[in-house]
Amino acid sequence: MDISSFINFFLIPGIILGSIYALGAIGVTLVYAIMRHGHFAHGDLATFGAFMVLLFSASSGLSPYAALPIAAVAAGLMAIAIDWLFYTHLRTLPKIITTISSLGVALMLRAVVQIFWGVNTLSYETGIARPENWFGLRIKPHEVVTVVMVIGLVVALEIFLRHSKWGKAMRAMSDNPDLASLCGIDNRKVIALTWMLVGALCAASGFFLGLNTQVKSLMGWNILLPTFAAAILGGVGRIEGAILGGLIVGICEEMSVLVIRSEYKVLSGFVILLLALLIRPTGLFRGKVL
Amino acid sequence: MNFVTLLNYPIYLLIFISIYGCLTIALNVQWGYAGLFNAGVAGFFAVGAYTSAILTSPAAVGRIGGFSLPVPVGMLGAMLACVVAAWPVGKVCLRFRSDYLAIVSIGVAEAIRLVVRSEEWLTNGSRGIIDIPRPFGDLPYAQSQVAFLGLSCLILLVVYFLVERQLRSPWGRMMRAIRDNETAAQAMGKDVPRRRLEAFILGSALMGLAGALYVHLTRVITPDAIDPMIVTFLVWIMVILGGSGNNRGVLVGALIIWVIWSASELVTDQLPADIALKAKYARMFLVGLLLQVILRLRPEGLLPERVGTAGGSGDLGRTSPEAIAPSEGSDDV
Repeated sequence: MDISSFINFFLIPGIILGSIYALGAIGVTLVYAIMRHGHFAHGDLATFGAFMVLLFSASSGLSPYAALPIAAVAAGLMAIAIDWLFYTHLRTLPKIITTISSLGVALMLRAVVQIFWGVNTLSYETGIARPENWFGLRIKPHEVVTVVMVIGLVVALEIFLRHSKWGKAMRAMSDNPDLASLCGIDNRKVIALTWMLVGALCAASGFFLGLNTQVKSLMGWNILLPTFAAAILGGVGRIEGAILGGLIVGICEEMSVLVIRSEYKVLSGFVILLLALLIRPTGLFRGKVL
Repeated sequence: MNFVTLLNYPIYLLIFISIYGCLTIALNVQWGYAGLFNAGVAGFFAVGAYTSAILTSPAAVGRIGGFSLPVPVGMLGAMLACVVAAWPVGKVCLRFRSDYLAIVSIGVAEAIRLVVRSEEWLTNGSRGIIDIPRPFGDLPYAQSQVAFLGLSCLILLVVYFLVERQLRSPWGRMMRAIRDNETAAQAMGKDVPRRRLEAFILGSALMGLAGALYVHLTRVITPDAIDPMIVTFLVWIMVILGGSGNNRGVLVGALIIWVIWSASELVTDQLPADIALKAKYARMFLVGLLLQVILRLRPEGLLPERVGTAGGSGDLGRTSPEAIAPSEGSDDV
């Protein structure tokens, strides 16, 4: 295999997939950092976001790209509502109960999507996007958009967390919730803000997944394992870890067809998750251990 | 219409309740007593179902199997296959706790589902395995259903009494001690990883037995018949509703949830076809909502675990508020 076919058939698709996983993994890591429980409804929240984009672009005639911000807000509000309805009163119980609850929420979100849109495969754009040839590299336009927008989102999030008042509050609460609360940080507001961000990130990852593959009701559930693998591989609570983890999982998944049958490709995230937990449970960036 | 055919539906319902009862006791051994979060119940259920199907079905082209062995051999084989599958899984995965074990067990179930889907030589892929014999298959349908109900209830009773006995023995006391305070149990010289593995394997074998019962009831098994999240989730909600850590409780949970699940199917089947499809998903939504309601109103379940009866000593009637979350005592991976 020469270098250009490696790049075209493994590296580029891997980076696209990895960026999508990275967006999801940042959300997973934020939930772990602030709420300290696993959020298994994450994938289905991404599905919900992807279908919200479909809803808003179809109903208003906007392009899917323009509908994304509206869908992100909708998914964020959905996440806040879910937290308020189902998770808030479980906070005094052991965290694993919230994890169980989130499995039920995943089922409910998926059912909502299936009731309103059915189980058929949909897509944002009709027709096949032809890859353009850039000096031997075959790249589809929406792949460029995906990577550019993911980088933009990550940079914006990083600036928000480092320099804004609320971003600092989030980081403080992640380090020590009691101390943060003593310093006058309103934990409830930080939690609501986190869910808003998590919902928006879910919508973005669901949208990009739908843009690069298809929009269907099980899409989010199918990326749950690689998303968690990325978050744990990077180190729980570490945003830069989630990004690196996402890219590693995405690229490994695309390259796994070199050694295993393509039916089992989706399991490569699971294998990476196992290896990460066995060899380095704190992840590459020394995150939290649950 | 004679009496027996009139009873067909309730009998069918009861058979399923006994199969799910077996699954809930299995999960209760793993979660209620050992604190192991297994979100891959459907995986071991499938291993048991397929093993028994392969062992007992007649010869077919294009896949191994067709051994036409008797049904009891199939059931024993199903349990054995689950032991063989659970041993390496447990060896590797049980060192992870809470969330991590949950996500890893989802991965295990997903891997099993992929194998079932793609290894045509073993499972006949998406076409599945047909002509699986029924026990008492020579009887007319109605009588054979009654006999099947007798068999499945007998198996459930045996499972219940064996597991109860095991849990009231020193082994059960030790499992709860490990669950509630791993460090203390370890300090007292208990071999924690080994005991956990025992509980995991015992539970998995019972899940396999339930899978075998299921497959001999339906006579056909395809990958679609075992929707991983539906089987797993129903069993989980049964255990949580009934009261994890209490075998009678989880059986009550199995009864209630399966009656709700089937009764709602009866209702939705009456609807026009296009609505009926949507109603199927609405049922899933309601099951998810039911879990939220249980967690909100009665997180310890209808029949909470009783503390103090494990050794058969006085029943103080105390209930443990932590009963639904046994594994929190240890936070290490």
